[in-house]
Amino acid sequence: MKSRTLARHVKEGGKNLVRNGWMTFASISAVTVMLLVVGAFLMIIMNVNHFASSLEDDVQVRVFIDLTATDENQEELLSDLQGIDGIDSILYVPKDEGLDSLIASLGDQGDIFETLRDENPLNDVFVVQAENPQETEALASEIEELSHVEAVEYGKDIFEQLFAVTDFVRLVGFAVIIGLMFTAMFLIANTIKITIIARKREIQIMKLVGATNGFIRWPFFIEGLLLGVLGAIIPISLLLYGYNSFYNSMGENTGLDFFTFLAPDPLIMQMAILLISIGAFVGIWGSMMSVRKFLKV
Amino acid sequence: MITMNEVWKTYPNGVMAVNGIDIEIMKGEFVYVVGPSGAGKSTFIKMMYREEKPTRGDIIIDGKNLAKVKEKHIPYIRRNIGVIFQDFKLLPNLSVYENVAFAMEVIEESKSNIRRRVMNVLEIVQLKNKARFFPHEVSGGEQQRVAIARAIVNNPAVLIADEPTGNLDPDTSWEIMNILDEINNRGTTIVMATHNKEIVNSIRKRVIAIEGGRIVRDEVRGEYGYEK
Repeated sequence: MKSRTLARHVKEGGKNLVRNGWMTFASISAVTVMLLVVGAFLMIIMNVNHFASSLEDDVQVRVFIDLTATDENQEELLSDLQGIDGIDSILYVPKDEGLDSLIASLGDQGDIFETLRDENPLNDVFVVQAENPQETEALASEIEELSHVEAVEYGKDIFEQLFAVTDFVRLVGFAVIIGLMFTAMFLIANTIKITIIARKREIQIMKLVGATNGFIRWPFFIEGLLLGVLGAIIPISLLLYGYNSFYNSMGENTGLDFFTFLAPDPLIMQMAILLISIGAFVGIWGSMMSVRKFLKV
Repeated sequence: MITMNEVWKTYPNGVMAVNGIDIEIMKGEFVYVVGPSGAGKSTFIKMMYREEKPTRGDIIIDGKNLAKVKEKHIPYIRRNIGVIFQDFKLLPNLSVYENVAFAMEVIEESKSNIRRRVMNVLEIVQLKNKARFFPHEVSGGEQQRVAIARAIVNNPAVLIADEPTGNLDPDTSWEIMNILDEINNRGTTIVMATHNKEIVNSIRKRVIAIEGGRIVRDEVRGEYGYEK
């Protein structure tokens, strides 16, 4: 296609937008709402994923030593642990220290546990950090086989809960997004349909004087594309502004020291590209539906 | 130029509009197509610019068989066939110039070519001084001249006219006929469906009469042959 022809199609597509006025407005609004929700959900999901992966990096195996184990037994266990491949570090936390941190973590209510100080029910613990977080589970089951080990714990539950939450967020987000996408798409299809009906005479004449089908279709694709892309402007600016100011006021801190928020720098850019692509996709899809159905060329 | 071999057309609703037409129209001929309403005249005309596809038979125009041509090649066939109608089919929001230029824009001609050629055909139809006017600002006869200009702007080998004077008063009809005659003299083959007895009987040309989907009369310099 000649560039002059493309320019003509873009001009015609733009003219259609203006000519349709309120329908254009409704379609762009639908795309805007859809992309706002998509963007918000994506930001949440990406941050949750980020939390999950930083948690993975941080995962530790807590090896509870038998209450009956003697000091020699503990020495024996330590040397056994050191013999295992793939261990990054081993930290010994005696039960007194364990109680201290338990009491501290419970705050005021923790004071009642002070009475346990003399007959501390906790175990002495080795905190083992794996070199490779993915091997944590294998490492944990290997450690469990050793003697003088009462139990092994490695945050499996937290993982599962976290993944359950992220799965739920993803599922809800996905359903909402699909629903909104269809709404936007149908509105765009309807707008294009109105354009096609309004231009019936013109299309008929174009066919009579020998315009190719592609030539006739192009302005409608452009119209759909423009509806979709224009709908992406507001969501992108809102998310850009919103996330930036949120990040600036919160910093990386989530309130939990091992969780951080994603920096806006690559995130927003990726988001903008994604939202424009989704908008364009929905726009072209909607216009294709109408072109196929109403444009008998 | 135009050859039809055993052409039949039956519409999906069962109407048998054309029932076995054979015809040969030479390059540069001017042919009237006459006949009562509902005789298949319109279908006959529509098949010539491939608005309708024949159910059976061949229609060969300028070496291309319209009955067999692929859907996607139809636009290129149409560029070689100009069409004008009773109701002009102009775009109301485009000027006279733009209406004519439109036909060249859709086939992606260059701007300079368009300018030159459009002014040229507007001169042929004597509307050069009204190029900037809009269709509603000019008379019916002038509108039909714009339509003619648009039909011939891409230099088609054939011009098909479907009752071009149907909406015009007698004086204006003569005007249109003079222009069509001139275009014919320049070498364009013209096929014109008409109900205008005076014109057919005055400007004598070949007359093809269609009744019941068949050619019942084909005369060189024929007469209209119907009362109205």
